[in-house]
Amino acid sequence: MHQRGSIWNWRGWGPLRALAIAALTLVPLLVVLASFFDPQVDAWEHLAAYVLPGVLWNTLVLVLGVGIGVLFLGVSLAWLTAVCNFPGRKFFSWGLMLPLAMPAYVLAFVQVGLLDFTGPVQTVLRGWFGSSAWFPPIRSTGGVVLVLTLAFYPYVYLLARNAFITQGLRAVEAAQMLGYTRFQAFWKVALPMARPWIAGGVTLALMETLADFGSVSIFSFDTFTTAIYKAWFSLFNLSAASQLASLLVLVVLVLAVIDQRLRHNRRYAVKSFTPVRIALQGGAKWAASVFCALIFAIAFAVPMVQLVVWVVDVWKEDFDSRYPVFLLHSVWLAGVAALVVTVLGLLLSAIRQHHKDNTTQLIVRLATLGYAIPGTVLAVGVFIPVAWLDNQLITLAAWFHWDVQQILKGSLVVMLAALSARFLAVAFQPIDAAMQRITRNQGNAARSLGLSPKKVLLHLQLPMVRGGLLTAALIVFVDVMKEMPITLMTRPFGWDTLAVRVFEMTSEGMWDRAALPSLAIVLAGLLPVILLIKKSESGFH
Amino acid sequence: MDALHLDAVVLGYGGKSVVSELSFALAPGEIGCLLGGSGCGKTTVLRAIAGFEPLQGGRIALNGHWVADANWQLAPERRQIGMVFQDYALFPHMTVANNVGFGLREWSSIDKGRRIDEMLELVGLSDAGKRYPHQLSGGQQQRVALARALAPGPTVLLMDEPFSNLDVELRERLSIDVHNILKETSTTGLLVTHNQQEAFAMADRVGVMVDGQLQQWASPYALYHEPATRHIATFVGDGVFLPARVSGQNCVSFELGELCRIQPLDVAMDSDVDVLIRPDDIQHDDSSPVRAKVLERVFRGAAFLYTLELPSGDRVLSLVPSHHNHAVGEMIGIQLEIDHLVAFPKG
Repeated sequence: MHQRGSIWNWRGWGPLRALAIAALTLVPLLVVLASFFDPQVDAWEHLAAYVLPGVLWNTLVLVLGVGIGVLFLGVSLAWLTAVCNFPGRKFFSWGLMLPLAMPAYVLAFVQVGLLDFTGPVQTVLRGWFGSSAWFPPIRSTGGVVLVLTLAFYPYVYLLARNAFITQGLRAVEAAQMLGYTRFQAFWKVALPMARPWIAGGVTLALMETLADFGSVSIFSFDTFTTAIYKAWFSLFNLSAASQLASLLVLVVLVLAVIDQRLRHNRRYAVKSFTPVRIALQGGAKWAASVFCALIFAIAFAVPMVQLVVWVVDVWKEDFDSRYPVFLLHSVWLAGVAALVVTVLGLLLSAIRQHHKDNTTQLIVRLATLGYAIPGTVLAVGVFIPVAWLDNQLITLAAWFHWDVQQILKGSLVVMLAALSARFLAVAFQPIDAAMQRITRNQGNAARSLGLSPKKVLLHLQLPMVRGGLLTAALIVFVDVMKEMPITLMTRPFGWDTLAVRVFEMTSEGMWDRAALPSLAIVLAGLLPVILLIKKSESGFH
Repeated sequence: MDALHLDAVVLGYGGKSVVSELSFALAPGEIGCLLGGSGCGKTTVLRAIAGFEPLQGGRIALNGHWVADANWQLAPERRQIGMVFQDYALFPHMTVANNVGFGLREWSSIDKGRRIDEMLELVGLSDAGKRYPHQLSGGQQQRVALARALAPGPTVLLMDEPFSNLDVELRERLSIDVHNILKETSTTGLLVTHNQQEAFAMADRVGVMVDGQLQQWASPYALYHEPATRHIATFVGDGVFLPARVSGQNCVSFELGELCRIQPLDVAMDSDVDVLIRPDDIQHDDSSPVRAKVLERVFRGAAFLYTLELPSGDRVLSLVPSHHNHAVGEMIGIQLEIDHLVAFPKG
């Protein structure tokens, strides 16, 4: 029996429930933003004089360079594999997604190891030509842009390919009926139609670029993320770190708003026909194969081979009793984070389904903003309030003559909170997509067949979103394993994971010794990529 | 005791009411239908009976027990109501058999299996139990939805536009099948539809809803031949109004002659009224002195539907057996054959 007008039906519950989860993202965000509006003069003077000019210039160059790079690579590869036919197309259409499995920092140190003066490539070249001084240096701005482009082009590739497959060919055929050549049709019709998808992919790639910490630190290329890390760990200046974080957040929020806008413009057309691909002829056919093969090789195949070679080289002396601990920490952290984040994602989605008011919907959108916020920023944003809370607790403990130095600070709670905030959106999306496929009438049918709301959740909704939950847990698991800055900055002292080990080895330039943990991470990373490939294959073929 | 009883039910969202003061009852085993255009509030009534919409006023009883009024409502799962949804709302992750057995959780597995078989046989899908909903055609999915709703033996079966996603032929066959199944199982049913043919084929009692109000609750025959309002007269079936003058307590006279009925008309002598003329009221008769000009004709297989122009310029419809094949522009003889005089004051 159900009483209307009771406290349980109060309309404020929706926003409040959503807010309880959103706090995980909103508190760090607001803490960081607050320091922008409360500038510390000393910190600012130092930053403005020594840090900001270089960091701002580097960030600008990086965003422009990677933006143009992923746009070119992503769109051209997507067009070739989605619309054209050439030798090897079938393989490349999924093979070109594989670089997603490789964290940017792994690709970065492998490329540096390969292409540096002492690396195998230049050594071979010196053997042939006597000198390799003409070889462009990999440790340069161009090198960073190249590596990040290779690491992040799959975002554009995936979305653009989706657009071309669902609407591109039909549009090209329609344009050809109206007298356009294929080339004209591509520029005048297919490309403009795919613009929201392409722009969405570029936005995601740029968010990853701004959030990247591992690769730029391998190149000693100073950006916001490395500056935040240095301010915290080298200068022990938390306020400088949070000032920098607040600037980065402002840039990133602009991207997040653009991304949200673009999502509304993407309407998925249901594909009801099998497209006839454009068969490339003669030279063009082989040029396409070579181009795809080249990108596949330098973004994935060659780095994988190099990793394996290094692992074989150092396996005997490097693999010792510390490795099971690294692995255990990584798996434990990823497992707990996956569990926590999946449950939070499910709750958030259930709240969104139950409370349809605009306030709740807005708060849910804010709660999933964490994917846009770089890990370094979240680490700072979580640490500051936890440190404050700790001080209160310690004061309180002193009242009871209980002497403690820290309670939450330096515990796994900080790390889990920051990781959850960062990856909540990653879990939320597949769960919410599954949840939305349950119609109101299906829920009503179960009610009229005698199930209470709780039993409907248990017997109908949970089984129906099971696939979404598993996907969410898997993606979060792997993302946490790959994650570097949050783990590095918030872990308890000496609590090392595989990613931390990679960072420590690469910061000393020992590429071969970073290979073993990297290989483990890449192999784990292949799992969700295989899932993604399966999904896109079943959707389009 | 009625299986379903609605007493002055008021429904609405926020401040505005969608359904006002609705009352009707269904005896056990009777099939009722709410007929109306989209947005008339008929689906809201169904959802309120199922327990998905709160009442703003009035009350609802099932089998003589009050289940909802303005202050409280029994949860949907405790009402023992079956519902067939417009989109069927089958559970895609379960087999057909598990869908049908979903409401039988508390039954023993032997009884449950037997009941599922019984239900599948009833709807003619005995060998589809192991299949999944997406492997079935629309008509088959509809039958599964019906079997699922009937399996727990509901007090009342509610059907929300159950045939609207099916093609015309299937719709006709299924509406007859469902009617027979309900009668066979003595299930009380309430159907909501915008399709009169469906309402006529299925229901013992039909209610026409306009703007949230029930304008008439009657048998299909009475609805067609004795419509209570001008709106129902035009909404249900074809027909035209011809101007007439009241010529006696029970009679009107108009262009085609004088018509009388047993009950008084309740309209003042000599006042102007409109008389409802159905296509089956105008019969073709070559020997008749009354002639009308064929303006349009629609071939309907067994019959032609002619639009005829009377000497006064007024138009009537006439349903004529199709061996009377007349060209447009031809003058044909007609005769009035009317059993039910329906007249409304001019307005």
